[in-house]
Amino acid sequence: MDLTFVIEKFALVTILFAISLVIAMYSTYAERKVAAFLQDRLGPDRAGIFGLLQPLADGVKMFMKEEIVPTNANKWLFMIGPGLAMLCACIGTAVIPWGQDIVIGGRTIALQVTDINVGVLYLFGVVSLGVYGVMIGGWASNNKYSLLSAIRAASQNISYEIAMGLSIIALLLVTNTMSLKEIVAQQHGWHWNVFYQPLGFIIFLICAFAETNRAPFDLPECETELIGGYHTEYSSMKLGFYLFAEYINMFVSSAVMATLYFGGYNYPGMDWVAIHIGGNLAPIIGTLVLFVKIFAFIFFFMWVRWTIPRFRYDQLMGLGWRGLIPFAIANIIITGLVIAIKNF
Amino acid sequence: MGTSVFYFVAALSILFSLMVIFSKNPIHSILYLILTFFTFTVHYVLLNAQFLAVVNFIVYMGAIMVLFLFVLMLLNLNKENEPNKSALLKIVGVIAGCCLIVTLIGSLKSVSLNDPLVLRNPNLGLVKNLGKELFGPFMLPFELSSILLLSAMVGAVLLTKKEGNI
Repeated sequence: MDLTFVIEKFALVTILFAISLVIAMYSTYAERKVAAFLQDRLGPDRAGIFGLLQPLADGVKMFMKEEIVPTNANKWLFMIGPGLAMLCACIGTAVIPWGQDIVIGGRTIALQVTDINVGVLYLFGVVSLGVYGVMIGGWASNNKYSLLSAIRAASQNISYEIAMGLSIIALLLVTNTMSLKEIVAQQHGWHWNVFYQPLGFIIFLICAFAETNRAPFDLPECETELIGGYHTEYSSMKLGFYLFAEYINMFVSSAVMATLYFGGYNYPGMDWVAIHIGGNLAPIIGTLVLFVKIFAFIFFFMWVRWTIPRFRYDQLMGLGWRGLIPFAIANIIITGLVIAIKNF
Repeated sequence: MGTSVFYFVAALSILFSLMVIFSKNPIHSILYLILTFFTFTVHYVLLNAQFLAVVNFIVYMGAIMVLFLFVLMLLNLNKENEPNKSALLKIVGVIAGCCLIVTLIGSLKSVSLNDPLVLRNPNLGLVKNLGKELFGPFMLPFELSSILLLSAMVGAVLLTKKEGNI
């Protein structure tokens, strides 16, 4: 392990962290602008031109609020909750390949922090850990509404993880590898996995909505029933962390869907670009294409939020267990049969 | 470097597992248990068993412990409503614990410290090799254990159903 390697990875991690935070920040702005657009309003337009400084104003507001720890709350766990939510949201970016290798000063740099050969499972593990922040925070608040919300979050995440795992199994049957780098490389040009696994993609998409607690599955923060949900007792930047973690989760799951199903940095005609432009510019265009896909997914998340009303709790569980899981199992069987017939 | 990392993580595992027993609050016990499982994940990574590490991460830390936490939060155990355990139950617990210790010591006696186990294939823990082993020589035990798990699951669902409703 030489020093340049460490510096290179450290720089990459720092850049990814900064990008996640900035995108999460401007997602809050974009969410309000998209909501305004869909509801025929103007949205935030006071801070800066087009209201572009609104996220900064919100951030300053969050920091300036009074910090309150409820008297009977479990103090340490109350503080660990938001931190854990933020941590689990951020570590997912480590295995996503952000672009093809670039060469700087004769040194090949992979735009991926680490290419572990169980990358898909790592992502799945990060998703399954995500619920701890909500659960611990909700329980430590010592508030009945928070506790109810924490329990809802846990049961919702566990239920939808099953369908998500099953849809990933069908995908792995097609790709034959769990390394995200190879999965993306296989989707060169137009061979995106979404064309081979359309049903799997739809199941994965629905589960991603449920796992990030986004509408129409935002039952843990259903304000008509639970006041504020698991963060009822939180104030100041601790509340900010929970809200922020949700947007980072949205960014990471958009990146995962773009990587697994929509070809990551691949785009049609990339060979032509590589030959005619070449050098470091072609990989950078690929990275930009990946970000365009991610932004499209983030927009889709917001579009759905302002279009579909929230599910009822029994509808949510019914959809997860009776709808998605049987479909996901059928998807595995069909995929397996097709592969078996093709290899016969 | 590997050895010192091992000793550090092993010390942490022992510390956290002791904390599981000595915590007064059951929720804290579960949280320490989660940390213990996390240190186990690190051990698996050190042993180059990546698949086992990540599955331990997903299944134990991500699913089973969430269920534990879930149940404990619903029960809301504390000093006042803790059921009184009878003396008989305590004696049975002590005897069962002693039996476990005897079994563990008995199995550890045959392993000597200067006799490290060397795997024929150091990359056995990678998904590809593990899958070949599981679906090759260990096909029957693997399938049997999956049937066992399935029947346990069906049994649990059946127990929750009221009579005459089946």
